[in-house]
Amino acid sequence: MTADAPAGAAAFSKNEMMIVAAARELAGQRVCFVGVGLPNIAVNLAQRTVAPELELVYEAGVFGARPARLPLSIGDPTIVTGATAVTSMFELFSFYLQGGLIDVGFLGAAQIDPFGNINTTVIGPYAEPVTRLPGSGGACEIAINARQVFVIMRQSKRSFVESIDFRTSAGNLGGAEQSERIRREQGWLGRGPSVVVTDLGIWHFGEDGEMRLDSLHPGATLDEVRATVGWEPKVADSLGTTEAPTAEELRLIREELDPGGAYTR
Amino acid sequence: MPGSKVASMRDAVAALVRDGDTVAIEGFTHLIGFAAGHEIIRQRKRDLTLARLTPDLIYDQMIAAGVARKLIFSWLGNPGVGGLGAIRRRAEPATSGEGRDLPRLELEEYSHFGMVGRYTAGAANLPFYPLRSYFETDLPKANPLIREIESPYGDGVVYAVPPLKPDVSIVHAQRADANGNTQVWGLLGCQKEAAFAADRVIVVVEELVPEDVVRADPNRTIIPGLIVDAVVVEPFGAHPSYVQGAYDRDNRFYLEWDAITRDEPSLQAWLGEWVYGLDGRAAYVEKLGAERIASLRPGSAPSGSVEYGRYE
Repeated sequence: MTADAPAGAAAFSKNEMMIVAAARELAGQRVCFVGVGLPNIAVNLAQRTVAPELELVYEAGVFGARPARLPLSIGDPTIVTGATAVTSMFELFSFYLQGGLIDVGFLGAAQIDPFGNINTTVIGPYAEPVTRLPGSGGACEIAINARQVFVIMRQSKRSFVESIDFRTSAGNLGGAEQSERIRREQGWLGRGPSVVVTDLGIWHFGEDGEMRLDSLHPGATLDEVRATVGWEPKVADSLGTTEAPTAEELRLIREELDPGGAYTR
Repeated sequence: MPGSKVASMRDAVAALVRDGDTVAIEGFTHLIGFAAGHEIIRQRKRDLTLARLTPDLIYDQMIAAGVARKLIFSWLGNPGVGGLGAIRRRAEPATSGEGRDLPRLELEEYSHFGMVGRYTAGAANLPFYPLRSYFETDLPKANPLIREIESPYGDGVVYAVPPLKPDVSIVHAQRADANGNTQVWGLLGCQKEAAFAADRVIVVVEELVPEDVVRADPNRTIIPGLIVDAVVVEPFGAHPSYVQGAYDRDNRFYLEWDAITRDEPSLQAWLGEWVYGLDGRAAYVEKLGAERIASLRPGSAPSGSVEYGRYE
């Protein structure tokens, strides 16, 4: 899984590149709703690099977490000890999320469409699923109430699909025009998805509400991107190359955040 | 002073959990009532409707044991690890060769906030709970009990979920007194809501304390003895989940579960060894071994104490 590294630079894995790219996107953000796995490491990395003021909110009912180790589960005693506040889940979802205090919500996805609508419920028909996935958890309300949504996921023809089997979490619906109208009419606080970080690159959402590849990770190619997206993807005219992880970013991930390599190798 | 409600797990489950009941064992990653779930399996309860935000390993085990016909939930998985095989085999009839011979499990699905709202409406005796969720998703189609409603004040539409009133809620906690006044710290999940919503409540605790310990720190009481039917003292009863300050989450077991749950025979063998083959939690703790238990004990991080004041 090691990408080609420029001469002299440290080798890094695709997961490490995803984590670093997602962490950098959090620069300047204040309050972030954390998901399990890669988002968890990305957010903790951001707090140690580009966003020292970042407050970590866990859906289990913690505001201002300072986890001393990387939790395997989203709920772990380490997110409680030393936190600013522990709340009931009712308070967390009502006052913090629905009340509009969350700047960024992180979501994963089994399937995503060009407009950032997400499926985490079933593959196949709902009543007779081919694969039963975990379901919403807090995702569908995060998608509506967090000011913006970040997605971290790997690209493949199975996951980047033109039409998702089930819409668990709303993205830009059928496009920006419809999405903006419905969000305004129904009083959603969230503006929708703003970035998708994958193993190959960084996508942002254009004015039409469709995702656009803005940056390729070092070693990734446009052919690889096209081979792992189930539609003809939009690519920025000024397609950039993601800056490789720095030595300090890699040190933080490997020595402090995921020393066992559970998520990053 | 009211009499003691202290009971053995066997007696509490026998008296308070009945075939066909809706049962909620709550606790969001923290304080999951594994000991109670195992006793329900041993007593071979049947046709239960199991409610819980995250079914976790305990409902995978209970469903594998055949106690339930229906599951009400919001996130189905082994957090940070993978899937719950017993539940998936009973929900994916098209692909699971094994599953075709297993009874189909009925699913009723919400989001986390929807489940919290359901318990809240149940606890507060409301006809529904309104929330800003579900807009433009397929969840209301999948579950017609999630319904759109117009604000009576003319300022738009929200979604409603119906009250959830379990026949029995089971809550694991750090401590309670003999009357069932129950104190919890660390993640609170929605145990308070689930307990107040329920017809009957079983509290399972790490430690039974005198009433004056509770009265010395009333802010920490989440469930009053008033609504509690039985207090079961069962140290280590939440393993492999955790109890803040007492023992850590046994992540090794959560990782091991991934292989155990992958096929029905290995899961049934596990149930035989760790549930049917033992007569209760004390035997389970002994089988787990002192070394494993010692490895889960955290270092110390006490809270500061606060001054309540004496007003006479």
